[in-house]
Amino acid sequence: MSTSEIALIRPSSSVLDLGSAPPREATGHGEGGPAPKSIVVGYGFWIFLLSDIVMFSAFFATYAVLNGATAGGPSAAQLFDLHNVQIETACLLLSSFTCGIASLAVAQHYHRLTQLALLATGLLGLAFLALEVHEFAGLVAQGAGPSRSAFLSSFFALVGCHGVHVTAGLLWLGTMMAQFYAKGFRPDIRRRYLCFSLFWHTLDIIWVAIFTIVYLIGVHT
Amino acid sequence: MLGKLTWQAIPFDQPIPLYSAAAVGLMVMAVLVWVVVKGYVPYLWREWITSVDHKRIGVMYCVLALLMLLRGFIDALMMRSQQAVAFHAAGYLAPEHYNQIFSAHGTIMIFFVAMPFMIGLINYVMPLQLGVRDVAFPTLNSVGFWLTAAGALLVNISLVVGEFSRAGWLPYPPLSELQYSPGVGIDYYLWALQISGVGTLISGINLVTTILKTRAPGMRYGRMPIFCWTALAANLLIVAAFPILTATLAMLLLDRYLDFHFFTNEAGGNPMMFVNLIWAWGHPEVYILILPAFGAFSEVVSTFSGKPLFGYRSMVVATMTICVLSFMVWLHHFFTMGAGADVNGFFGIMSMVIAVPTGVKVFNWLFTMYRGRVRFSAAMHWAVGFMVTFVIGGMTGVLVAVPPADFVLHNSLFLVAHFHNMVIGGVLFGAFAAYEYWFPKAFGFKLDERLGKAAFWCWFVGFYVAFIPLYAVGLLGMTRRLQHYDQPQWHPWLLVAEAGALIIFCGIALQAVQLFVSIRSRRRRVEVTGDAWDGRTLEWATSSPPPLFNFAVLPNVKGTEPYWGMKRKAIEAMQLSPEPTYEPIEVPRNTPTGFVTAFFAFFLGFALIWHIWWLAGLALIGAYATFVVFAWRDVAENVISADEVAHIDRSNRAARALALSEIHA
Repeated sequence: MSTSEIALIRPSSSVLDLGSAPPREATGHGEGGPAPKSIVVGYGFWIFLLSDIVMFSAFFATYAVLNGATAGGPSAAQLFDLHNVQIETACLLLSSFTCGIASLAVAQHYHRLTQLALLATGLLGLAFLALEVHEFAGLVAQGAGPSRSAFLSSFFALVGCHGVHVTAGLLWLGTMMAQFYAKGFRPDIRRRYLCFSLFWHTLDIIWVAIFTIVYLIGVHT
Repeated sequence: MLGKLTWQAIPFDQPIPLYSAAAVGLMVMAVLVWVVVKGYVPYLWREWITSVDHKRIGVMYCVLALLMLLRGFIDALMMRSQQAVAFHAAGYLAPEHYNQIFSAHGTIMIFFVAMPFMIGLINYVMPLQLGVRDVAFPTLNSVGFWLTAAGALLVNISLVVGEFSRAGWLPYPPLSELQYSPGVGIDYYLWALQISGVGTLISGINLVTTILKTRAPGMRYGRMPIFCWTALAANLLIVAAFPILTATLAMLLLDRYLDFHFFTNEAGGNPMMFVNLIWAWGHPEVYILILPAFGAFSEVVSTFSGKPLFGYRSMVVATMTICVLSFMVWLHHFFTMGAGADVNGFFGIMSMVIAVPTGVKVFNWLFTMYRGRVRFSAAMHWAVGFMVTFVIGGMTGVLVAVPPADFVLHNSLFLVAHFHNMVIGGVLFGAFAAYEYWFPKAFGFKLDERLGKAAFWCWFVGFYVAFIPLYAVGLLGMTRRLQHYDQPQWHPWLLVAEAGALIIFCGIALQAVQLFVSIRSRRRRVEVTGDAWDGRTLEWATSSPPPLFNFAVLPNVKGTEPYWGMKRKAIEAMQLSPEPTYEPIEVPRNTPTGFVTAFFAFFLGFALIWHIWWLAGLALIGAYATFVVFAWRDVAENVISADEVAHIDRSNRAARALALSEIHA
């Protein structure tokens, strides 16, 4: 492949340009030798995300099994308040949108827009967490904490595990903002940001599953 | 201030753990003092502890596995001798101590012997076979190793501080719930496994990415050595199965720490769900261990038969079939749950189906040897011993895969004999074959063959003497984990089994002597060309030990046995291929990130076990700070100049040219 062809596929300001490309583009499929870092890092992180999804699926399976094990306590239909959850969902989905804006800003090397979009992402994530903590505290206050029944144990573990992921994501987000501020748009920082954005979007996907399986189905059964 | 930790945690009233721990502690102290006095600390820190070189990390994994093998084997000897003497008697081990020993034995042998040995081998060999310079994420590799080591340390600390789990190597609830196991034993187990499990997951992600994305030019999937294929299958299983273990253990932790009710008897908890979840991880885990061993045997059999592996493609298909099927058999570990005839029937048939690809593999090895010029080296001894032993274990496995038979044999010593037949005869023999085979690659000299074969025969004979009686006594109705018994017909078999364990002990002693003697006489055993066994795959194309960058120039792969092709060409042409143009090589810089992270992870685990909350908080902050410091680095790589690369490569080329001229002379 000639250099001009590579330039066509990989314009320098493209979102895909995440590191110094080797002279010959290699995808790692065997013919061209080891793939460049920009591909390897994202690929490895995808595999991590898949493993994370497997972990969530164990919690989902447990929730499905223990769903009816209320031990005489309150059931899903009696407990869940869709209003609160809808605002939570809106916050998280919006935060994915601002995270996407940040990706574009990073690709264009816009410092201020990057920081603003990331700040918005973080605030929306915080709002989500606050609402979740509020919901959990309300449940515990009315005697429907995780110790009440196996159903509530599995509910708190599944939703709480997602919440812990969001918390970790916020910590990462803050670190990321500091790194952009201190190091600029260096290729390694941009690769790291790619991983962060993948992580954040994945949390969204998992939340959609939680929203559907736990809340929507729970309220209507 | 120190949570539940008081002086009562030290078992002053139990002489056996106290004295043995004191002896081990003194030995560790002596080694540390010796290291400090000799001034080896800076060397160890610079070259090993902070190393991100996959070869160094691979060696450290194997060293950890060998050390833990000693610990696990001492546990085994204690159990065998307890059962040998505890006929109509109490024996010398109190029940609560005996229960800790069998739990520790299983935990250590699976998680801290078999796992690190296999991951260590993959780490060392696989990048060399793929013809590349490192794994995809060198620093994560170091983090993964040190987290595994931190988990191993926690398990061993439990010998002196507190106690270990008494609930078996898989802590089935409700026994493992707080109500029935209020001590710290289960917590030691859980936190040690959570920490080392994260390490395993990290290395699984890393190794999968390495195989799928970083291979030498021309190394298509259809050309990858079988060991790399089995490594790929095993690491895919790690990525897919270990998160289930993490989730399951997390649920048990929530039950124990925060009064959740996943697996309790009351409030709707479901103990059988733990059993299902843990085996959804546990059965793939069996294949995570055995598949790399299959790969190692394939390389050994092919090299020492002087032939390409018979049926390469069928071997690949068999490996990947096992990889998928391993997720469809978990219920055969508990047919007695009572899931009904249809469910049990399905899992029984699936368990028999998985024997088919395994059988394909055995025939492939046999046909590789057929009409080959077989050299019976020590490594080949292990391979042939494996084939015989493993087939026996496979057949008893098919027996227990029949649900009605399993109702009789469940939890009997027949089952114990079966899985030791697979794990010793398969995984451990594979590890030892690989150890003999790749040792000269890692250290530049061969191990003593005569002592190696003597060790093999002790292990081989010892295995049969120790475990065939357990099959028999299991058929006589003896269940596992008995601290004492009063059945006269069991006693003679258990005495024979004790003798078998002692023969295996001789094998281990001979291996220690072999290592010691070989190191002492290493100058005589030195192997200069880098091709110790007339090998066929790329790891033999570089010097022994390989330089930091593995290959001066990435090899260009043209077939399934690239090194064999290069070698034939050189021998025919009576000269090496022309000297390549050397270029500077970037190598990742060493970093203490892995070590420091594991340091904090160890204290996090210890603090959580003993409810020392402030320490847990500090350790978490420490681990996070370590990552931030690492993320802030500005220089990630060092450059080795073209001159230095040329200098290193030329000396190996000279040795090979000399060997070539000797062939023709």
